[in-house]
Amino acid sequence: MVMNKNIFHSALFMLITFLGVAAVYFMLHADFMAAVQVLVYGGAITIFLVFGIMLTIRGSMKETNLFSGHAALAGIVSLALVVVNAVMVISTNWSVTGAEPPEETVGSIAELMLTKYVVPFEVAAILLLVALIGAVIIAKEVKKTS
Amino acid sequence: MEKSFFNTIADALRNWLMNGLGFSDTAAQLTATAIWTLVVILFILMNLIVLVWLERKFSAFFQQRRGPNRLGPAGFLQFPVDIVKVLGKEDIIPANADKTVFKIASTCLFITTILAWAVIPLGDGVILADLNIGLFYFLAIGSTATVSLMMGGFSSNNKYSLIGGMRTVAQMISYEIPMIFSLLGVVMMVGSLRLSDVVAAQQNMWFIVPQAIAFLVYFVATVAETNRGPFDLAEGEQELVAGYFTEYSGIRYAIWMIAEYGNLVAVSTIASIMFLGGWNAPFGLTFIPGFVWLLLKIYFMIFLFMWVKWTYPRIRIDHLMHFGWKFLIPVSLANILVTGIGIYVYRLIIG
Repeated sequence: MVMNKNIFHSALFMLITFLGVAAVYFMLHADFMAAVQVLVYGGAITIFLVFGIMLTIRGSMKETNLFSGHAALAGIVSLALVVVNAVMVISTNWSVTGAEPPEETVGSIAELMLTKYVVPFEVAAILLLVALIGAVIIAKEVKKTS
Repeated sequence: MEKSFFNTIADALRNWLMNGLGFSDTAAQLTATAIWTLVVILFILMNLIVLVWLERKFSAFFQQRRGPNRLGPAGFLQFPVDIVKVLGKEDIIPANADKTVFKIASTCLFITTILAWAVIPLGDGVILADLNIGLFYFLAIGSTATVSLMMGGFSSNNKYSLIGGMRTVAQMISYEIPMIFSLLGVVMMVGSLRLSDVVAAQQNMWFIVPQAIAFLVYFVATVAETNRGPFDLAEGEQELVAGYFTEYSGIRYAIWMIAEYGNLVAVSTIASIMFLGGWNAPFGLTFIPGFVWLLLKIYFMIFLFMWVKWTYPRIRIDHLMHFGWKFLIPVSLANILVTGIGIYVYRLIIG
């Protein structure tokens, strides 16, 4: 799927993968996480990938995915990853609680973010700010030279 | 009142399925949900019939023409005839198009429209899934609609379509941000993302009064989100033929149109629910059922959309981006700040 010869198709298949991850979150009763996954990965990251593909378009879309030849290697790596994950999942002692999953997760996520995890939250914000300033500077440079 | 009406139908249906046909509890629930989904799709399609007629009549009115006037009363039967015409047209697929993507693009947009409709209530308790993150779900699904437009624009193998698709993406990503921020002010006042809670919080005062700026920002942003004039640069006829659906014909073109009008009704409904009080009756006129009130408000919003579309000329793409990034986003952010301070002060006074 992702090893498709046409890189545009690969990007679309990646969107389906992201939606699958969202479905996993949903099955785990993490509705909010599922919606965030759809919004950020499905709605933003895929779009930017496809946008990049569109801006660097070639005459023919065949053979645009240069990595599509390594299907066997990718298969081995994925299989190894699945096996390692499976071993980890089986060998871990999961603590099981009888408690119902919380109905409303938005409030508790917000509370944790602004109390216990406030430092990582702010660091992420600064990172985004840096990225934003970088983008603005790059855009200005282009204007000056042209 | 209408709650009992619609819920009686739903309960009767469930009872009939379980007792009359011997369905299990889950099967009855599934069947009822499937029927509800069908009702929602029918609602979208019925709206389409009225909306296309209204659009033509309004555009004619604003341009001092007569509009469709031959078939049926005031030309109302023109659109059913057009449907038959569209269905009978040849489904042309360009020779060098990316065929699979080209074929599924319009359907994908329609799917996102229907998915978004899952959380939109049409009355008290008349809702497919009253999620506790309803509004956020709506925004998340809405953001994926861009992918379908891009699929259509990219797969047509046509420069006009490609430019149209790129414009759509740039525009929709830019205007999604002020749209979400404008709704955030209302969410802060309610303290919940559940749409029925939002309506319940507006029993005494509609949120258009304390959140007037947010309403205006939301309105402008959704005009851009639904690709309607004066922001319909993605399909600017003079420049791009028809933008991302230039190459489409027949039923696939019709599906683009259905999805677009479905989105228009969806954002109008969200506007009515978030800012215009949903199914709450104004001035204590409760003898008119809430469903009718909501429909009236939705159509008032749609009238506003059409009014703007046929009054203003299309603006240029760079002006559009400047307006979005340099005006709407700061305004919506300031609105959030003011709302936060306002809530704090209100709590201080009330105690």
